[in-house]
Amino acid sequence: MDSKLYSASLGYASGGLPAPSPLEPGRVIDRFRLEEKLHVGGMAHIWRVSEVNHAGDSRLQLVMKIPRIKGGEDPATIVGFEVEQMIVPMLSGPHVPKFIAKGDFTRQPYIVMERIEGVSLRARLDEAPLAIDEVIEIGSRVATALHDLHRQHLVHLDIKPSNIMFRADGTAVLVDFGLSRHDHLPDLLDEEFTLPMGTGPYMSPEQVQFVRNDPRSDLFALGVMLYHFTTGERPFGQPESVRGLRRRLYVDPVPPRAIRKDCPPWLQEVILKCLEVKAERRYQTAGLLALDLQSPSQVVLTKRAEKLLRSSTIATFKRWFFALGTEPAMAMARTADQLERSPIILAAVDVDNASTPLLERLRETVRRLVLMEPGARLACVSVMRTARIGMDDLVDDAGRSRHVKQLVGLKHWARPISKALNLDEGRLTFHVLEAPDTAAAIVDFAQRNQVDHIVMGARGSSGLRRYLGSVSAQVVAHSGCTVTVVRNGVGAADAAAPAGAAKPGA
Amino acid sequence: MKTAYITDLHANREAVEAVLEHARSQGVQQYVLLGDFVGYGADPGWVVDTARELVRQGALAVQGNHDEAVVRGASPGMRPDARYVVDWTRAHLDATQIDFLASLPMTQHRGDQLYVHANAWAPAGWDYVHSRVEAVRSLHATDARYTFCGHMHEPKLFHVSGTGKAGDFTPTPGVAIPLPPHRQWLIIPGAAGQPRDGNPAACYATFDEGQGALTFHRVPYDHETAGAKIRAADLPQRLAARLEEGQ
Repeated sequence: MDSKLYSASLGYASGGLPAPSPLEPGRVIDRFRLEEKLHVGGMAHIWRVSEVNHAGDSRLQLVMKIPRIKGGEDPATIVGFEVEQMIVPMLSGPHVPKFIAKGDFTRQPYIVMERIEGVSLRARLDEAPLAIDEVIEIGSRVATALHDLHRQHLVHLDIKPSNIMFRADGTAVLVDFGLSRHDHLPDLLDEEFTLPMGTGPYMSPEQVQFVRNDPRSDLFALGVMLYHFTTGERPFGQPESVRGLRRRLYVDPVPPRAIRKDCPPWLQEVILKCLEVKAERRYQTAGLLALDLQSPSQVVLTKRAEKLLRSSTIATFKRWFFALGTEPAMAMARTADQLERSPIILAAVDVDNASTPLLERLRETVRRLVLMEPGARLACVSVMRTARIGMDDLVDDAGRSRHVKQLVGLKHWARPISKALNLDEGRLTFHVLEAPDTAAAIVDFAQRNQVDHIVMGARGSSGLRRYLGSVSAQVVAHSGCTVTVVRNGVGAADAAAPAGAAKPGA
Repeated sequence: MKTAYITDLHANREAVEAVLEHARSQGVQQYVLLGDFVGYGADPGWVVDTARELVRQGALAVQGNHDEAVVRGASPGMRPDARYVVDWTRAHLDATQIDFLASLPMTQHRGDQLYVHANAWAPAGWDYVHSRVEAVRSLHATDARYTFCGHMHEPKLFHVSGTGKAGDFTPTPGVAIPLPPHRQWLIIPGAAGQPRDGNPAACYATFDEGQGALTFHRVPYDHETAGAKIRAADLPQRLAARLEEGQ
């Protein structure tokens, strides 16, 4: 790579780069005043800045990221910064810093964005192994953030602790998009470099093989992180050559439980699933990973959960042999396609109160939806209402647990679907939520688990609806995803019953 | 300032009307017409008049290979179908309309932008920019930072970095793409009058110079009427079917 040639090209048609004036506190670049250097990185400096004569939101703290460009600098810095300048303005939501402004390369390149207080997760690496609960918490928050970015057509491709921060409320924020790829933008990095791009320990096998458009690469990197936080060790070491990077195509990591005895089998299952060499054997979306991390009892345990040794030499040799010269299968062209192929469908089932015909109709609607989406995951949810004040009877008159009873009812309801569609266990989960407000519980669950589609029944009795309000109407109003409300059909009791005839408390 | 780049109009009045209306709604102030005003479609006169009026108001336009053929008249080397369309088109244009096509330059420059129908290395040779190789060849043949061309009917965006590495990209309609100025870009908006990527909607692109952002657009139009006119005009029937299928 002739970096001189590259640097010269920066001043393309303008005869070279302007001489950089020193960056020091008080200097004003466009409408921003440099206040304090917060961070000196290999590729860029981060400055705290204030907006001169600003009319914006004064509560928003700002930082300016300025690339370190000197003569003969690695072009990766320049192209990476260019990529980041293109991508950051395209992103929105709580999981990225808010974009404010950018400055181009002909004068002073920079990006001004919202400052995320605090330090990155990098600091915690030195404290690994962390408490299991904390590993789960980190994993679930980062998976949630990743799902949101994948939905915005972005693959991050450099997920690692130093690129993860947290807002005060715990929301994970991903930073540094210098290696990222956005479906709707030209990929400037695709053709530029002849070495795999990424951070050695975290790079997915397909990234090592130059695939840059698979969101499941980010799940591999997250798996590496979770492994490290759980065990205190890196699953694939810290390779510094391409050959070293390629080892992950055929050498398994040591199972976490072999290093850390109190790692629960389900967590090992989750981590090793993230670290599968073939992307199609990993979680298909970050949303599915977040769902598993939030419902350990629903994780389907396979051989991965029980492994205490890495694969035998012979198995490794076989995999090495087949990895020779393999090319990854053509990954899907678009990030969002991958997500659309694996939607999460939530069936909200009122097992105790809904009429049998309504339950049947609900089941039929859900069956058709799952049938149309071969990669869909179905989460069956029922809400056990608890009193807002005071103690609840958690057992019924006969002394049986209400929770277990609901779970049994829910599984019974779903049985025809799981039988008809031959849903393997991993694609079907059951959740009994305990909450005073049914609608809020459903909306909250859907949001936390990145549900794509809620299917629920309209409340069967107009009397109940009149006195308790319509749960489905509230879910429709407050949920961020598609909601299908199933009715019993025209002429059914719920439509035909004159409102005045309903009895209170029916 | 926002400029609209429209190419390969191909005598398709319905498509051009829809594109111009869409461009107005986008706040476009300047027009660049990248050639092939005629050929294939049934409304050469209307399209040429419209182009001439836009040029009178300040639009920049270049000549395409179909325009050249109509100006010169059919040559024996052409396929019979093509020769028929050229003769038909000449018969439906008056002298001033043919003069307008004849007066169009092969290339135009504005600031750091180059406009050419086919490619920058030999504009009159009409070679296609099919792949990165030809895109690099074209970009190396000009100092312009941005080259806008037509000829290829499918929307595409090529770029070359200072190290000579080229990339290509199939755009998503309606998404603004920032074009960092320190590399070279070759922009193919796609055909307005005869889309060929399986989507019958008309193609064009806008570039917002203030934002440095390029947006490819797809505009649905009444291709059934455009097709019916082709059939009624006794032009080759498959030209009508092409519009419906976007092939």
